[in-house]
Amino acid sequence: MTKVTFTVNNELYEHEVEDRTLLVQYLRETLRLTGTHVGCDTSQCGACTVVLDGDSIKSCTVLAAQVSGGTITTVEGLAKEGQLHPVQDAFVQCHGLQCGFCTPGMIMSIEYFLRKGKAEDLGDEAIHEALEGNICRCTGYVNIIEAIRHAGDVMYGGKACVKHDGENHDR
Amino acid sequence: MYALSYARPNSLEEAVSLLREHEEAKLLSGGMTLVATLKQKLAAPSHLVDLTRLSELKGIAVDGDILRVGAAMRHVEVAESSVVLGAIPALAYLASQIADPQVRNRGTIGGSVANNDPAADYPSAVLGLGATVITNQRRIAADEFFVGMFQTALDPAEILTAIEFPIPEFANYVKYRNPVSGYAVVGVFVSRTGADVRVAITGAGASVFRWTPAEESLLQDGSGEGLAEITLSPQDTVGDVHNSAAHKAHLVGVFTRKAVAGLRARPPKC
Repeated sequence: MTKVTFTVNNELYEHEVEDRTLLVQYLRETLRLTGTHVGCDTSQCGACTVVLDGDSIKSCTVLAAQVSGGTITTVEGLAKEGQLHPVQDAFVQCHGLQCGFCTPGMIMSIEYFLRKGKAEDLGDEAIHEALEGNICRCTGYVNIIEAIRHAGDVMYGGKACVKHDGENHDR
Repeated sequence: MYALSYARPNSLEEAVSLLREHEEAKLLSGGMTLVATLKQKLAAPSHLVDLTRLSELKGIAVDGDILRVGAAMRHVEVAESSVVLGAIPALAYLASQIADPQVRNRGTIGGSVANNDPAADYPSAVLGLGATVITNQRRIAADEFFVGMFQTALDPAEILTAIEFPIPEFANYVKYRNPVSGYAVVGVFVSRTGADVRVAITGAGASVFRWTPAEESLLQDGSGEGLAEITLSPQDTVGDVHNSAAHKAHLVGVFTRKAVAGLRARPPKC
């Protein structure tokens, strides 16, 4: 057993866990934060994506002990005072999901991308690259990409140089 | 995953003594390969010795004609480092093309090089730039380091601490990306440093290798036009479930010509 400490969604936690406990198991089974999903369980699909110390990671392929001491944001930690995060809201506005299973991981990856990305980098190629670690089997990605553009517009106050692909994307 | 003990040593010496003490211990860096392997029960180490917080394995710096990258530096850090972009932009580009953002936020250069996966990107830069692998015991030339599939010259209790890359005049990396995982079906790293021309191929063999006929051709004719005459025999490549040996041999030729056509010069000093 090993002692782990984390700040998760601004709450401090300390637990004894088995050394082999995966971060996603700790989040889901110990903290009961079940918004973070396990899809493929092989580091391919990205449904388990959370933000650790500011960076998106796949929590199914990290031991809790490895990242003990870290600051984690899960999808449950994005909304503030009843207000959805702009990325969450954009998924609602643009219907960026169908079954919703991949959505928590998508949202955390995109939160990282938009927070880190410079406004001028929000072109199609950068958006496609940002989604390489996340798989959706329902939507065909069209509305997810639309949601990213929409969230980028909102987060950068409409000043973003969002390079569309030449098509007219009516909102 | 089988039960194991996790250890986070505070110094290189402590890491070495943990390795000596526990015969079945394994070194852990970002864990992007190892943790996945443990989950599949393909490995059962008694202990994991986490190297990622050791200060001896951190840092990126240029000293004269050498770029030194600490073993624990993550792919994202190499890809975005202004020092790497200024010294060897092809290396920063290579790091930016590994897997996906989440993997680049965890995986490290030392872990990738020590693992020597036949389809990994970094080994091609180490061999293709004639780099030196630094360990807690010695310095190992790239030409001596990569021994075979998942095999390196590292001893069991030896720890890779940094890699020293000579800064080339020109270098480039191109790869045929597996569309799902992003690994190199075939990757080619080409560089010229003084009279040393190197063409290192990853993905196509059991381990990264130098394609010497291509190097000789480039030495004779730097334009790369002579490369059209050279082919790699399928017998010198290893096919997989997606790509036959003949297809990979063909891709090596195509991507070597692409790499030479797009050679990146070191940006001029400000």
